[in-house]
Amino acid sequence: MKYLRQICIILAICLMGEIINLSFNLPIPGNVIGMITLLFCLYTGIIKIEMIEETADFLLKHLAFFFIPAGVGFISCFGIIKNIWVSFIAIIFISTIIVTIATGLITQLLIRRANK
Amino acid sequence: MSTIINNPLLGIVISLITFEVGCFFSKKTRFVLFNPLLISISLIILFLKSFNISLEAYNNGGQFISFFLGPATVILAVPLYKKIDLLKANIFPILTGIITGSSIGMISIIFLCKLFDLDKVLTSSLVPKSITAPIGIEISKQLNGIPALTVAAIIITGILGSIIAPIICKIFKINNKIAFGIAIGTASHAVGTSKALEIGETEGAMSGLAIGVAGLVTVILAPILFGLFF
Repeated sequence: MKYLRQICIILAICLMGEIINLSFNLPIPGNVIGMITLLFCLYTGIIKIEMIEETADFLLKHLAFFFIPAGVGFISCFGIIKNIWVSFIAIIFISTIIVTIATGLITQLLIRRANK
Repeated sequence: MSTIINNPLLGIVISLITFEVGCFFSKKTRFVLFNPLLISISLIILFLKSFNISLEAYNNGGQFISFFLGPATVILAVPLYKKIDLLKANIFPILTGIITGSSIGMISIIFLCKLFDLDKVLTSSLVPKSITAPIGIEISKQLNGIPALTVAAIIITGILGSIIAPIICKIFKINNKIAFGIAIGTASHAVGTSKALEIGETEGAMSGLAIGVAGLVTVILAPILFGLFF
C-alpha cells in the first residue's frame, strides 16, 4: 500500500504539471512545472519527504535507464546525419566542454568571492 | 514470430538486459567510455539492425520506459529540497553561472555550426542540445529544426557530458561541489545529473536544479540569439 500511495502522489504532481502547462499555454514542459510544484509542496510541508522517499530514491537511482528508448530513437536520424556525422559529433563534443568549463568556473569563482 | 517482435515485453526486456550488461562492464572495468547508457543503446541498435526489427516494434515496449522520464524529472525536486539551504546561501553565483553558461553554450553552437558549414535547419536542431528533452523538442520546433535530431543531440550530449565533465572539472580545478553540480547539469541535463547523483548528494541536487533553470534560460534566449545570427 505504501508504494502505491507514493506513486499516486508523484503521478498526481506530474498530472498537475501537465494541467498547468496546458491551461496557461506555457513554454515550460509539464514535468519541469511538476518539479517546481513538488519543491513548493515539500518546502511548505504540504508533502512530507517520508511520503515519497522510497519511490523517489528508486526513480533517482535509475534515472539514466529511462533515457534508453530516446537514445535508441537515434536510428531514425541515421539518414539525416549520414554525411555530416563527424561535424555533428565534433560540435556536440566541443560545445559540451565549453559549457562545462564556463559554467563551472564562473559559479566557483562567484562562490569563492562571496565567501571571502 | 511477428507477434513476439511486436510484444511490448521484447523492448522492455532487451532494455533491461542490455542496461544490466552496461552496468556490469562499467563496474568491472571502470573505463570511462563504458558508460552503461551508451553500452545499452549501442547493443539495442545492434540487436534491432541485425534481426531487422523496426524502431516502432521496439517502441511498443520502449514507450513504457520513456513514460518514467516525466516522474523522474519531477522527483529531482527531492534532492534539491534536501539541499535548499545551500541553494539559498549561494543563489546569486548559481543563477549567474547557469545563465552565462547556457548563453555561452548556445553561442558556441551557432559559431561551431558556421565553422563546420552546417545549414540553418541543422543549427537550429543543435542549439537546444544541452537542455532536458521535452523543452529541447519545443525549441527545436519553434526554430524550424528537426525534433528527432535534437533528441539525438540531447542524448549524445548527456552521455558525453557524464563521461567528460568529471575529467574536465579535475583539469580546470572545478572542485567546489556546488560548481561541479551546476556545471554538469547545465551542460548535460538529466543524464549528467544521474552521474552527479552517483558522485554525491550536493552535486546531484545542484545538477537537478540546473536542468530546470538552464531549460528556462534556453527557452527565453534561444530565439533571440538565433535571430541575431541568422
